[in-house]
Amino acid sequence: MHGRVKVKSTAQQEEEKRKGREKKLKVYLTVRDAIFSKRSNGELDEEALQFTQQLLCSNPDFATLWNYRREILLHLETVKEEDEIQKLYEAELFFIETCLKMNPKSYGSWHHRGWVSSRLPRPDWTRELSLCDRCLSLDDRNFHCWDYRRLVVKASGVPVDQELQFTDRLIGSNFSNYSSWHYRSTLLPLLHPEPGSEPASPCRKQNNTHTSPTASPQTHSHRVCEEQLLKEYELVQNAFFTDPNDQSAWFYYRWLLGRAEREELISCVYVSREGERVAVAFSKPVNALTEGLMLVLDGQQQQRVEWRSAHPRFRHSPVWLCELPPGSVSDINNEHNLTVHWMEKHTHRDCALYTGRPESWCRDSATDQELFRSELSVEKTSVLQSELQSCTQLLELEPQNKWCLLTIVLLMRALDPLGHEKETLAHFQTLKEVDPMRSSYYSDLCSKFMIENTILKMEYAEVRVFSLSDKNLSTLCHLDQLLLVTHINLSSNQLVRFPPQFSMLQCLEVLEADDNAIGNLEGLYHLPKLEEVSLKNNQISKLSDLEPLASCPRLTRLDLRGNPVTKTANIEAELAQLLPSVTDLLL
Amino acid sequence: MRGKDFYKGGVGCECRFKAETQRRNSVFLHVQAGVKWWCVSGYNPAVEDPPSVKWPGLTESVIAAACSRVGQRVLHLDRRNYYAGNWASFTLNGLLSWIEEYKKSPDDQTDVEQEWREKIEEGEEVLTLNSVDSTISNLEVFTYASEEPEEEEEVKATSVGTQNSSGPDDTTPDKDDDEEHQHQEPENEQTPETQEEPENEPQPEPVPEVKKKITYAKLIKEGRRFNIDLVSKLLYSRGLLVDLLIKSNVSRYAEFKNLSRILTCRNGKIEQVPCSRADVFGSKQLSMVEKRMLMKFLTFCLDFEQHPEEFQDFSQKPFWDYLRSRSLTENLQHFVFSSIAMVDQETLTEEGLRATQHFLRCLGRYGNTPFLFPLYGLGEIPQCFCRMCAVFGGIYCLRHSVQCLVNMVKAVIDTHGQRISCSHLVVEDGYIRDEQRTRSRFSERCIYYNFSPCMQISLVTVPPLDSSSPAVRMVELSSSSMTCMPGTYLVHLTCSSVGSAREDLEPVISKLFYVPSSPGEEPAPGCEEEQKPVTLWIMFFNMRDSSGLDPSCYTLPTNVHVCTGPDASLGNDYSITLAESVFRQLLPDEEFCPPAPNPEDIIYDGDGTQTEGAAFQEAGDALGTSAAGEEEEEEPQENDQSEESSEPAASSESAAQDSTNESEVPETPPTLE
Repeated sequence: MHGRVKVKSTAQQEEEKRKGREKKLKVYLTVRDAIFSKRSNGELDEEALQFTQQLLCSNPDFATLWNYRREILLHLETVKEEDEIQKLYEAELFFIETCLKMNPKSYGSWHHRGWVSSRLPRPDWTRELSLCDRCLSLDDRNFHCWDYRRLVVKASGVPVDQELQFTDRLIGSNFSNYSSWHYRSTLLPLLHPEPGSEPASPCRKQNNTHTSPTASPQTHSHRVCEEQLLKEYELVQNAFFTDPNDQSAWFYYRWLLGRAEREELISCVYVSREGERVAVAFSKPVNALTEGLMLVLDGQQQQRVEWRSAHPRFRHSPVWLCELPPGSVSDINNEHNLTVHWMEKHTHRDCALYTGRPESWCRDSATDQELFRSELSVEKTSVLQSELQSCTQLLELEPQNKWCLLTIVLLMRALDPLGHEKETLAHFQTLKEVDPMRSSYYSDLCSKFMIENTILKMEYAEVRVFSLSDKNLSTLCHLDQLLLVTHINLSSNQLVRFPPQFSMLQCLEVLEADDNAIGNLEGLYHLPKLEEVSLKNNQISKLSDLEPLASCPRLTRLDLRGNPVTKTANIEAELAQLLPSVTDLLL
Repeated sequence: MRGKDFYKGGVGCECRFKAETQRRNSVFLHVQAGVKWWCVSGYNPAVEDPPSVKWPGLTESVIAAACSRVGQRVLHLDRRNYYAGNWASFTLNGLLSWIEEYKKSPDDQTDVEQEWREKIEEGEEVLTLNSVDSTISNLEVFTYASEEPEEEEEVKATSVGTQNSSGPDDTTPDKDDDEEHQHQEPENEQTPETQEEPENEPQPEPVPEVKKKITYAKLIKEGRRFNIDLVSKLLYSRGLLVDLLIKSNVSRYAEFKNLSRILTCRNGKIEQVPCSRADVFGSKQLSMVEKRMLMKFLTFCLDFEQHPEEFQDFSQKPFWDYLRSRSLTENLQHFVFSSIAMVDQETLTEEGLRATQHFLRCLGRYGNTPFLFPLYGLGEIPQCFCRMCAVFGGIYCLRHSVQCLVNMVKAVIDTHGQRISCSHLVVEDGYIRDEQRTRSRFSERCIYYNFSPCMQISLVTVPPLDSSSPAVRMVELSSSSMTCMPGTYLVHLTCSSVGSAREDLEPVISKLFYVPSSPGEEPAPGCEEEQKPVTLWIMFFNMRDSSGLDPSCYTLPTNVHVCTGPDASLGNDYSITLAESVFRQLLPDEEFCPPAPNPEDIIYDGDGTQTEGAAFQEAGDALGTSAAGEEEEEEPQENDQSEESSEPAASSESAAQDSTNESEVPETPPTLE
């Protein structure tokens, strides 16, 4: 066969490869053993550097070898001149580069690089930056490199605006990149901080709370000035109009639109004369035992009171309770003044218990605080309005896009939760259809919004009755807002339990929750005023499920019809023993 | 694709072609040192393994490489003194002599007929071939560069060395410099008065003062370092040609640059075409809603076959009508139609969708545009295949043509009266006398122009200026593509011809470029013309496009296979498909261009018929001794180019970048400087 090139057969090649691999392995093992014996002999010499380098080149994830190298380098630092050390470390950096080519995501190599850079007498940060840039141009999501880059930027003091341009560039070449968007979110507040640190919150003045200047310095530091915000909206809209299924842009958008910064304050103080009990609600869960909570009754500091959370399961809770000393407020003819101080936050709230009143409270209502609007906390309605318009425009083009739908729901809530209730519900319905994998998430979210709306309606009506039946509720939340509610109707929903938070409903007298799927009553715990409970057609199957009710001293009426538990033998007797106070039992 | 792994040393064809055409020839002849071309007929008679004879265009050279690769003997003859026929690339000087040759149209060939008549054996029929190339017509050349002598000789002379070394440096298709240029591109258009090399120019060449004016003399002088193509095509990054280059390992012989932007001319303005996701995201000219519409349409095109309901109503209607029926703004219709699908008014919907899909699938493979351009011009590609052919024993003869075919082609007789036996003949369309009709032509011409804002390779689509004129495709090549001198741009304009090339293209030229009324004249300051690039030199010509012809058009013996010249489309799929089908006819049982083996897998049995073997010796496995040496990228680039030398120069990269770097190739140490 003249002129035809002869090529080795596959078998030949395989055999050669196998031999090659064996030879490599042998070399590898020999060197490894040599290194280990050197290390155990405490030899910190250049030969060891050479050996480890040889192995790390082919396997940069051998952490022990990197450690050994650091030991050697630290030792050499003590015996060499600075110039020699510089050279040594520069060579080290060069060597690490070859390791990174071997495995650009090697933890060991990147960590070692960071370590070497920090030891280098005269570091060349420009070079390191350009190395990072090269690395990121090959893989813009290499988080090791992002981490190292942050280190370099910090050490070399790269100006923030330059870094922002860097993210511009990366986002420009590929906007599906959380790292770049996130980096932006850390840079923008530094470069374009929102003018004026304290936004006005007029609602708070009518109450006696006083705002401390140090309320939360970090609260506003990550807000961005409006002019820049508008530019960012445009940028990110470009991204989600280009590819509405890319979530990185949507998440950034959510960040831009802002997140509620609840001010830390005492939102409600409730005192019951008859129960000789105080309940305090906070704007966020706290641990009252460590936060320095102080109760002053008629000018006297109450040293003895013991604070407990609404349910023993919570170490942090938005509602804390304490028993007043016996007889201290029980005389109905006396007027009492109560102040709760939150020492840590330099805030307090007063509450007066007038003559002849069995109970009293002082609080900010949800409506006053615009509590549920501030999930997105952009101050200007006009901005939100125009964002809503853009998203609606996108939705017309992409009626199935879940990110767009969800963002619209959030924007609507921020603008006017009650006014948009109907559209919101419709959007949730679509969301469940287009994204069935997350339908439970949407149900829960929708439940949350429905509860918020009901709380708002209740408070506008200034009543203590909370009624939310037949609304497909799948979960209960915002229960701390229901501290003062006396009657609650949750019938015909899809609830499966009363969560422990339910024990915050300290004023609850009547509970209706017929036609749900409730099997767990954990939250019906120590509700001092609870008298009637109706749980028809639920999933309570065991007597033990009813045990929490035993902690409610006033319970007299219990309706358990249509529950599996009623089929249990001897149920009546068992219940009589478990719940002696119940006089009116329906099975 | 980055020319990393050339065969090491050994054969002359390992050299990268940087010098002018003449040198290339010597390189190839060097391959055959000691082997006279007629030895083909010499060892033929045993006819066990008959040679094919071909002429090298792209199609022919691919067939040649494919045949040679599977052990067929191949003799390559060309009446020209350069490779690749109408696919060729020339230096400016080479191009000028090419022009001269076409102008003098030789017709003095009749009397040699008697010489070869005697070679014909009894009973044999003879079929005479065309000796004059008729594929080029309407050739016109205009020079606008100033004719005055050049002054600053010294400055330029120093750059010869650095030029070559810097070339390969910016050749990786995905080089991110290009992206940066894109960002920096804006409106720093420079007028001739303030001209300097753009700052971001990647070539380290110290050219602080490219002269204010580029004179003709300078063009000629510098012109020998750059190659100008006769045809203007680009490689679709998932086109058949790129696939073939990769599959056959021929890619190792060439280097490519990614096209950096795609532009279109609309309402007299040049705009960037948003075609990739990043482009759409970054586009300033599209509204948010347009962005969504465009992305939605393009996403649909990517798998349009899955959604037949979306287009079946239009299956018999033009793509243009279909586009108008979609929810796309006029802007977007234009982008999709003329810059992405690049089809014409008659194209049917499905074909248009397929063209769009092809474009989109090519995106992102090597960068943000779907196209690659070979450094030193498109003429490199046929040469690469020729080289592959030569490595496996193909023989090349230039300035040597065939006059006639003998009797169902047992043999051919060449211009020297030599009879050469062969079993198959693959021949370019241009050699065939008028047994066929030319259906369409396309015209093309190159101009040099000056001072464009950035270092880019761009594709510009220019829709028809009026209803009777054709759509024009414009490829703008910067000096980084090694097709023109620094500071100038080479622009190819191509269109289907209506009239002569000049008639068809002049309106577009005068719209987009400043054409001086006399050589060296500059536009008056402040006028509109000042913003336009200045024309230095123009060549117009029409080139025949015979690609529409099918084999039945030719009345030829069955073992003669006709290859058409370059077709009018932007890609190369036509030529590759043709090459493969001819190969299938020749050798139905052989694989088409199987990968060339790695050097270390080739067995050299030492019987000395060829010299290649020495080059293919295995390099030892070197772990342990040189582990640290693996995969180093910062190696010095090749730098040969001592002007007169015809020595082959091996790429130093090949040695450095091979993972087993202890190469044992004593014959040709890398020539480094």
